[in-house]
Order: sequence, then structure tokens, then C-alpha cells
Amino acid sequence: MSRKDYVLFDRNTKAFVYGFQTNAIQRMLDFDYICKRESPSIAAIINPSRAGIHKAFWGTKEILLPMYKTVAMAAKAYPEADVMVNFASHRSAFETTMEALQEKTIRVVAVIAEGVPERQSRILSATAQNLLKVVIGPATVGGMAAGAFRIGNTAGTIENIIASKLYRPGCVGFVSKSGGMLNEAFNIISRNSNGIYEGVAIGGDRYPGSNMLDHIMRYEANPEIKMIACLGELGGEDEYRIIQALKTGKITKPLVAWVTGTCSPVLPASVQFGHAGAKADTEKETAQAKNQAFREAGAYVPTSFDGYGDEVRRVYDTLLAKGVVKESTEPESPRIPADYSKALAEGIIRKPTTFICTVSDDRGEELLYAGKKLSEVLDQKMGIGGVIGLLWFKKELPDYAARFIELVLQIVADHGPAVSGAHNAIVASCAGKDLISSLCSGLLTIGPRFGGAIDDAAREFKRAKETGMTPEHFVNDMKKKGINIPGIGHKIKSVKNPDKRVQLLIQYAKSNFPRTELLNYALQVEQLTTAKKGNLILNVDGCIGILFIDLMGSCGAFTQAEIDEVVKLGYLNGLFALGRSIGLIGHILDQKRLGARLYRHPAEDIAYMMPTSEEIQCKR
Amino acid sequence: MAQRGIREYDAKRLLAKFLPEYLSEFSYKGDLALVGPDTDLEELVAANPWLKEGRLVVKPDQLFGKRGKHGLVLLDANWDGAKRYLKENMGKEVVVGGIAGRLTHFLIEPFIPHEGEFYVAISSSSDGDNIFFSPEGGVSVEENWDKVVQLHINVLAGIDSMDIKSKLPKSLAGQSEAVEKFIRALYKFYAETGFAYLEINPFAIHIGAIVPLDMVAKLDDADEYWQRKRWNGLIFPEPFGRSLSKEELFIKELDSKTGASLKLTILNPDGRVWTMVAGGGASVIYADTICDLGFAGEMANYGEYSGDPNTEETYYYTKTILDLMTRKKDPRGKVLLIGGAIANFTDVAKTFKGVTMALEEYRNKLQDAGVKIYVRRGGPNYELGLKLMRDLGKRLGVPIEVYGPETHMTRIVPLALEGASQ
Repeated sequence: MSRKDYVLFDRNTKAFVYGFQTNAIQRMLDFDYICKRESPSIAAIINPSRAGIHKAFWGTKEILLPMYKTVAMAAKAYPEADVMVNFASHRSAFETTMEALQEKTIRVVAVIAEGVPERQSRILSATAQNLLKVVIGPATVGGMAAGAFRIGNTAGTIENIIASKLYRPGCVGFVSKSGGMLNEAFNIISRNSNGIYEGVAIGGDRYPGSNMLDHIMRYEANPEIKMIACLGELGGEDEYRIIQALKTGKITKPLVAWVTGTCSPVLPASVQFGHAGAKADTEKETAQAKNQAFREAGAYVPTSFDGYGDEVRRVYDTLLAKGVVKESTEPESPRIPADYSKALAEGIIRKPTTFICTVSDDRGEELLYAGKKLSEVLDQKMGIGGVIGLLWFKKELPDYAARFIELVLQIVADHGPAVSGAHNAIVASCAGKDLISSLCSGLLTIGPRFGGAIDDAAREFKRAKETGMTPEHFVNDMKKKGINIPGIGHKIKSVKNPDKRVQLLIQYAKSNFPRTELLNYALQVEQLTTAKKGNLILNVDGCIGILFIDLMGSCGAFTQAEIDEVVKLGYLNGLFALGRSIGLIGHILDQKRLGARLYRHPAEDIAYMMPTSEEIQCKR
Repeated sequence: MAQRGIREYDAKRLLAKFLPEYLSEFSYKGDLALVGPDTDLEELVAANPWLKEGRLVVKPDQLFGKRGKHGLVLLDANWDGAKRYLKENMGKEVVVGGIAGRLTHFLIEPFIPHEGEFYVAISSSSDGDNIFFSPEGGVSVEENWDKVVQLHINVLAGIDSMDIKSKLPKSLAGQSEAVEKFIRALYKFYAETGFAYLEINPFAIHIGAIVPLDMVAKLDDADEYWQRKRWNGLIFPEPFGRSLSKEELFIKELDSKTGASLKLTILNPDGRVWTMVAGGGASVIYADTICDLGFAGEMANYGEYSGDPNTEETYYYTKTILDLMTRKKDPRGKVLLIGGAIANFTDVAKTFKGVTMALEEYRNKLQDAGVKIYVRRGGPNYELGLKLMRDLGKRLGVPIEVYGPETHMTRIVPLALEGASQ
């Protein structure tokens, strides 16, 4: 694919973007799309920290852009890409640009970074010249060819591109130092002519990679460009090279020129304007002298920047009158789908949400738990019990209720290494699993026979009492159904060897709860069951479940419907899972500290009983 | 980011420390002492015993030249004489090249009696560097410019392949080789130490050794990242006659901490026309337009913000300007121009949010000072940004006129100033 020397970008230009600049990448693709390019202008992204793919929009569809770690790899994969848009920081702009210039296939590099040292910029510029390549920048937004290709963020938003008709070529070639003024100039030129053909900002540094004349000479050579506009700046002598070319007839197309910085003679000499190069060291470098020299050399020079557009219009109208330029019918102005986030922010679209959250909100300045600021939670010393009240029940529980939850958590926190959950967690930890996996192994053991009877006990006792069953009736009913009463019975503890934990819970409830009706009922049930067998006591699961029903029923914070919901949805097993996680983590860490090795259960502790060969025969 | 002057003290210090890496026989010791307004002279002597041992030169070190012509150089003095000179001149106001300022920094170094003054300078140009050399240096070098030898060093080729010897004046005779070696080394030192300009006028050859007498230098401050070790915390002083105000220093510090650009120069604190313009290019055009309309004398500041500063940064930037402009009242009122081109990627709404926060905070002071505000801006999210300004206008009690990209960029300048001149 060979392009004429004077064409840097056309509708088939393929480029690399160096640096993972997702906004700029999307802006380039959006521009390509509204220009109705056949394919995106970005061949690949070069991202030194990650190779792979990047997903971006092409209109309403999504496409994948390949991503390489080095310039060389990208250039090898896409020899048709001859432009690199370099977003590397000022620290690495030089070396990455040099790398790109060394690639045979890369012809143009736009360097966006500000603050590239002058020596580095000059080496880039000289290297590019020797290789017959072009560096645009540093310290610029870049440039664009209307209807064909844009460098990075040049020309800003899609709305602006549409307003300045940059989706189709006009007849004006524009060049400026300032990247910030590029967009403004596109706006002015589009209002006073048929618009931009190509526009480049060379950057505000003292030694740009390519100078204004380099681009003007390309515009001069390009037959599609009928007039040239430039916007110079005080400082440096770049403009005099243009003036020399005008005088020697190398520029034949009409040139509208203005040099900014006419204010400098009346300002103190030491003012450094925004651009590094913008300082007149000699009379010749002042804006006044340059504007005058432009005028004398035959350029169209307004009396102030305000007249720049008028001057463009004057030249354009002359070209129209001479028939050099013909008015053409405007193509329909294109549309780009609005970005979801932007449209949402503007309130012009809506969409039903997928999730609802009524528990916490992290969007504002401060995290909210059930609408309460975290700082207030801490100020009021609500504790873990209070936080559980907010996040599980969405209620500010009375203090004794919050303390009860904490009591439960402390009581269930651990029950030694031999119980199923801790055992499984220990075995997993010994097998070399990480903390979370081992914890899950322990938690997954929680169920109807281990720690998971809290909800069942609460449900069964509550049902029995509410349906008016006497304790005797309840015990018989369960027996008839052949179901063990949940919350009753313990492997080791018995009437003679009472469970201290149960005693502590009951003690707390009796002295703090307004009422303990369900507990009283359960204790009557226990009297019946322990009469049959000494270990059929009210166990810790049952006690927690039953007391929670009493707590909710008496503290005034819950309606009956809410209590029913807590039981139905199984909130209360959460108390055991949460509390026991503390102990499980302790056991897991213990094993890790001890450097425990893989556990294998001793064979002599297993009764191996194989079926006989007859037993496994198919009998039919 | 630009070429910036450094003190002669620092230039010579760098030379003494790093030139020997390129020229082993360079024996200049760099006996240098810098005296500022708060320097304790006794401590200085303790650290630099040579001050008491020989004859001295004392001269101001504040980035201005022609010190001899202004009678500001003390030659061939002893320590007591130097102290007397410092006492008489420290803090004294002088006018140099039409600029008035106070003398605050002096360089003291040993006095070198010498015969023959040489001139050497290196400056940068777009494709390389230019070396200037003359065996007839000193104050009259400009008059004898035809004697100056000029060498151009291509930025890619470097100096090694250059023929220098044949270009040096024949009159150097036996000194020719030493001068050539010195020039080669000086160039490498210049190129590898981040210099953008360097002039030694004159240097002498004293008992066979090269000694720099007067030196002027500029560094490319963009090179700081690569020169951290060599520059080692070197400070760029402000140009003579310009000391930064508290507010300018504050903005400078803010600027140094962000990837965005924030610049502020106060031109006339009593001026009635204040600007807050986005963009290095646009800000100059606004200043031009103000001057074109004849309000140069009323222009209070030059500044710019660009490179997508965040809300907090624009808040502090605006606050600084509002604070300055509402300190003094003017019966004719004041104007604030919040201008800018159509941005490429700076988020207008985000930057304007910071601006409106500051304006709201200064509501009463703005009312008291009779400030009128004119806004013009375009770019990403500009509709929202302009709406923020319009909404603010309704409740601020200060007139705000707001324009977008449909209005010419500098149109608000005549709109504001025609009001201001009434």
C-alpha cells in the first residue's frame, strides 16, 4: 500500500496506539465509524505491561483489538500499519518513538507527552528526517485528516466533530503549534469555508519533531487542498521558514496566517507563556514582527485573532468565485450511539435494574449500613452485634439484643478440634489448601447434624407453641412422625453433666429479656425428654434458636410477620456459621504454624468390609 | 517546561564537579561561595577557609549580565573588603537593563590575575548545537564578533568526528591543543548535563590551567528526570527583578504536583481585568485581545490551566485568583474572564465544578468588589459545564454571562471590556 509522500493519513490508514488509553482508543474508533471507514484505523494496541486483547465499540457492536507488549511485535504482526500514536509518558516517549522509527513499516509517529527534553526531541526529529519519516509532537494532541483518520483525542468529542463537519474532507490544510487551539481552529474554519482537509498541531515545544513548514509543504503538494491556514506563536523562527517559502514561490496556494502573542511587548519580559517555546528572545521573534513579515510576503493576515475567520472566508470566497473550489452537497450528518454512562448521567435513558440492594450503600462519601453512616456506627459503639442488627435485620437493635448476638458468637466460636467442622478444616489445611478453601471445607460441614439445627429448633418449637400443643403433645407428635426434636440431645452432655454454654445463655436471657416464653416452653419439653434419657437435654443450637424467637418477640423491634420471615429464610444458622468461622480460622492457622503434614486416616481405624463376589453379582 | 537560567554559582559548581569526567587534566577546583540574604558569613568562612587566604572577587549572582558595566563587581579584595561590599550591597535596589530589583545573592570566588581572555559559548538550534569560540573574549567580544569561530555540531553525529583543530585561530599557537581538548570536553559536559545554553566569557589560561571567570548557563528543565543525580536538587531562581508572590508560589507548587498544567503570573494586582483561561495557546490569544482593545494596563494576570486538571485543582486555582481580585475595590468594578478554546479531552464539567465551588465561596467578596464574570468554553461535557455556570449565575448575585462554542472564542473580551470601560 503506497501513499504519496504528502499524504500522512487516508481512509485506509492503520495505526498502533502505544499506551493503554481506552478513551482515546474509543474516540479514534468512533471517528472511524462516523466517517464510514470500512475498517477501524487501529491495527493494535501496544501495552508494555500486558499482551492480549482489548474490547471496544465499533458503532453499536463490539470488536476485539489485539494488544502487544512491544513495538517490534506489533509491527511484525501488522506490517500494513504505518502510524504510531505514542501516549508514552515523557520518561519513555523518546525510546519508544525511536523504536517505532527503527521499524521499516512505521512512517509517522505522533508523540503526545509533554516535557520531553529538547535534546531528545531534536534527536527524534533528525532521526525521522534521515529515515524520510515524520514525527508530530511532542507536546501535542496530534492532528487529523477529515473523514479519514484522527490521532488520539484530536478534535475532541463526536458532537464537536459533527459540528465542525470533520467526518468529511474540506479543502483547507491547517497547521498550528498549539494542540489546544486545533479544535478551535477547526471550528472557525468550518464556519467560514467548506472545512478542514487536514489539520496538525506540531506542539508547543521549542524543538518540535516536525515544523509548520514541513506540513505546509505537504499541503502545497496535495491537489485536494486548495488553501492553507496556519497559526503561529511568538518565539522561535519557524514562521520565517514559511515566509521564506512564500517569498521564493514554493508556496503558491493562498495562506492565511496569524501569529499569537502580540501582547508580549507590553508585558514584563520575564513572563513565560504556557508553551515552552513561547518566548521572544529577539525583536525578530515577536508576534508583531512575524505578522508583519507574513503580510509583506503575501500571506493573508488579519489585524487580530478575531479576524482570523473573516480572512479564511475572504480567501475561500475568492476560490469559490474563481471556481477552484466547488460547493458540494453535504452528506447526511452521521450519528454515533450515545455512551450508556453518559446518557445515564444526562438522564435521557432509563433501564430496569437487575439487582436491588437495601442493606448497604458504598456510592456516597461515606459507607452506609442500612442507611446509617459508618462513622455513626463506630461513634455509637454499636459493635458486631449492632452491625449484624443493621446488615441482617436492617434494625437498630436495643443494646441488650446486640450484646446477646455477641454472646452467641462468642459461645459458638469454637468447640475444639474434634467436631466435624473443625476436623474437616484441619484436614483440608493439612492437605496444603489455602485459608479460604480450608475455611469453606469446615463451613460446608454445617448442616442438620452439626451446628445447623438453630433454625430448625426455632421453627419447630415456635410452631408447637403457636398451635397450642402442650409439651407432652409436642413430644408425642414428633415421636409419632419419627423425627428427633431439633435442638434436643447432645452426644456427651447430659442432665448430670450440663452444658455450661446453655446455662450461660439462659442466665443472660432471664436477666435481660423482657419475656422468655418459648424458652419456658422448651424447658418443659426438656423435662419430658430427659426423663426418658439423660442426654436429651436442650442443646446449644436449640437454646440459641429458641431464645432468638423470644428476643424478637419481646424487644419490640420486630413484627410477627418479620419474625416468621427470619425463621423461614434461615437467618439463625448464620449466627453459627459466622461465630464458628472464628474458631475454624484459628484451627487452620494453627495447623499452618505447626507445619502440619498431609493427614491420612490410619488403616487400622477403618473396618474394611468388602462385599463377597456373590453379593456383587447381578441376581436377576 | 522550558529553558531556564541558573546561578553562576551552580553553573561553575557543575563544571568543577563533572567536567573532569571528560577532561582529566581540568584542575579548576570550584572554590565558590554563594551569599544569600540569610547566609551566616562566619559559618561560610568556616566551610570555605580559602575566603580568608587570598584575594577575592564578589559579584551579584541573579541571572543578569553586564555586571562590570554596572559597577557591581568587586575585584581583588580581601575578606574584610568583601564583607564590607556585601554589607553595602545586600538588599540594595538597582536597575539593570531597565528592570529594577533587589540584590539578594552574591558569588564569591578567588581573584585570578590573568592575561588574555577567551570566549566560549554553546547554544542549541533545531538540528544541533553551535559552539562559539574566540581568543579575544571579555567585555568586547561583541565588538570583535568577526574573530569568533563558529562550529556546528549535528545532534546525531556528535562532536567526536568533528574537525576542530583546523578551525581554531592560528594565533593560539601552543595553546591550540589544550583549547581543542577543552572545547570537546565542554561540549560533552553540556550535552550530557542537560544544558540548553552555556557561555564562559571570559575564561583564562592561568599557569597552564583553564579557569572560568564569568559563566552564564541555562538548563532544559524537562531533563530533570534524567539529571536527578547531577543536578541534585538544584534550584531555578526567578529572573532578576521578579520575586514570586505567595500566590504565584502556591500555584507553582500545585503545578509541580500534577500531570496537568497550572500557571499564574501576576502582572498588576490593581488591574481590573482578570483572566482564567484554559490552554497554553488560547491564554495567549486572550491576552492579545485584551491588549488589542487597549486594556494592557488593566490586565491583572497571565495564566493558564490545561491537561485535564481535576476538580480540586481548578478549585484552588480559582480561589487563588478570586482572593487576589477581591482584595481591593475599584469604583469601576472588575471583570473575570473564564475563557478557553474547544477542549480536546479536558472535561469541562469537571473543571468547572471546581471553579463554581470557589465562586460560591467568594460570593460576598465578589458582590462587594462589583465583579462581572464572562464565560466561554467548549469541549467534552461542555453543555453540563456551562449549565453549572448558568445555574450558579442565578443564585450568586453576581452577573455571569455564559457562552459556548457557537460564540467566537475571544468574543467575551469586548463584551466584558466594553462594560468595564463605562
